[in-house]
Amino acid sequence: MSAALAQVVATEPSNLNGYRRFTLGQFELSRDEYFVTIRWPAKGQTRSHQMPADAFLRAMMRDVAWGFFYGWVNFDHVIGTRNHYGQVDFYAGTFNGVMSEAGVDYTERFDTPIIMATFKAILRDWVNEGFDPFAAPVETGSAFGVKQGENIEAIERTRIATKRMPGLPGDSPLRDDMPVNRAFADVPQDEPEIEAEPGFRDQLHAFNLFKYLSRSDVTWNPSVTAVCKASLACPTTEEYILPVFHGNDRVEWFIQLSDEIVWDVADKNTGAPRARVTMRAGDVAAMPADIRHQGYSTKRSMLYVWENVTPDLPQRYERGELPPYPVEF
Amino acid sequence: MSHAPTFFGSLSDYQKGSVEIVTGDARHYVFSNIFEVATRSAPYERVVVAKNLDYVQEVMRAEGISPWFACGHDEFAVCMDGEITIEFIKLDRPPAEDHPGAVLAGDAPQGRRMGRIRLKRGHQALLPAGSAYRFEAIKLGVIMQQTMLGDLSVQKWREICLH
Repeated sequence: MSAALAQVVATEPSNLNGYRRFTLGQFELSRDEYFVTIRWPAKGQTRSHQMPADAFLRAMMRDVAWGFFYGWVNFDHVIGTRNHYGQVDFYAGTFNGVMSEAGVDYTERFDTPIIMATFKAILRDWVNEGFDPFAAPVETGSAFGVKQGENIEAIERTRIATKRMPGLPGDSPLRDDMPVNRAFADVPQDEPEIEAEPGFRDQLHAFNLFKYLSRSDVTWNPSVTAVCKASLACPTTEEYILPVFHGNDRVEWFIQLSDEIVWDVADKNTGAPRARVTMRAGDVAAMPADIRHQGYSTKRSMLYVWENVTPDLPQRYERGELPPYPVEF
Repeated sequence: MSHAPTFFGSLSDYQKGSVEIVTGDARHYVFSNIFEVATRSAPYERVVVAKNLDYVQEVMRAEGISPWFACGHDEFAVCMDGEITIEFIKLDRPPAEDHPGAVLAGDAPQGRRMGRIRLKRGHQALLPAGSAYRFEAIKLGVIMQQTMLGDLSVQKWREICLH
C-alpha cells in the first residue's frame, strides 16, 4: 500500500477551513464546514455534486471497511463505487437514470490499492476528533465545522475475519471484553453449556450469538460468524440509516434477528423505486441481484446478513446465466 | 431515559412484516417468517427458508427428540426459541465431504460419543463435519440451520412466502 499511498494526490490544508482537497483521476473531492463537493468532467463542463459531510464520511467509511464490498456502494443517488475485485470504478451519475440519460455522468476505473489509499487519506483528513463514522448518531459527536483534530482509532477498524466460527482455537475472538451496547442492555448474556467427552473439547463449540452482537460497537458493519464453504453468515447491528444504497452483484439474504428494519429497494441501474420491505423479528427476505437497497432501523436491531462468496458469481449474473431472483415459485 | 426493549420473536409471539410493491412482484423477495414456518411444520422437518444456489438456511420446529442426522461438511445451528440439547457422535463412517446437506444417520450411529451442548435462545452451535447429531427440545423451540441443500431439505415456497 505504500506505493499506492505515494500516488494519493492532495493539496496542502486550506487556509479557510483546514481541510485538504483530493484528486482521484479526473475527480476532485473537497469538503468545507458542512458539505463534501465532488467535481467531474462531462459534456465539456465541470459537473458537481454535494453531500452533507456526515453522510459522505459514513458512506466512505463503510466502503473502506468492507473493501468495496460485493457490487455497488452508492454513497447517495449520484456518486458511488463498483467493485471489480482488483479494480474499482468511482462514478458520478452513472447509476442515476436521469443523469445517465442526459450524458452528464462519469466513471473512472482505478486499481484497488490506489482508490483505497485515496479514500483512507480522505478519511484521515476529514474525520474530526469526536466523530465516529461507524457509530449511531446519538453515540457520537458532530462531523461538521472546520478541521479539528482527527479520530484515527475510529477509522482504522476493519471487518473481523473468521475462518470457521468465532471462539474456536486459532479463530477470531469473542467479544467478552467489550461492553454491552446501551440499546441491548436487556439481552441475556448467558453462555451455552458444553459437556465434551475427553479428546473432543476443541471439536464441540458454541457461543451466545445474541450476546456477541449486543457487544458490537459499530453499526451497519457485518462480521462473519459462521463459514460453510462459500456460505458466510455475516450478522450485524443496525441503527439509524444504512449509510449507503448497496447495489447487489449477487443475491443476498436478510434474516431479522431482533426488532425491525424497513428497506427501500430500487432498480440497481437507475435508482427507480421498486419496493419497501418491512422486516420484523424472524422475517426472512432475499435481496435480488438486480436491485439496490437502503435500510432504516429506529431501535438498534440485529440483522443476520447471509452471503454467497462463490468467486465467479458476479460474472454469472452479469452474463444472465443466473436469474436475479433466488427462487421460482 | 430508558430504551425500548429488544424484541426477538418466538413461536408464541411474532408479527410478520410486509412487502409494499412499486414495480415487480412480491415473490422476488421470497419473504417468510421462521416462527410462522415452524408453527406449521412437523417436528424436525428441515424447511428451506433461504436458498443461495447450493446453500440454504433451514428452519426446524424443535419438539421432542429428532432423528440422528449427519453431514460431511460443517453446519451451524442457531436456537431462535426454546431450549435444545444437541448430542454428538464422531462417526466411524461419516458421509462423504462432497455430499451436500444433512442425511439420516440411522437409529444407532456407530462411533465415539463426543458430548453434548445445551442451547438457549440466541445461542449458536457448530455441528462439525463428520459427526452425527441429535436434537432434543427441553422446551418447544425453533432451530435455524446454515447448511447446503441436501436429501432432507424441504422446499415449499408457495406455502411459506408472501405472493
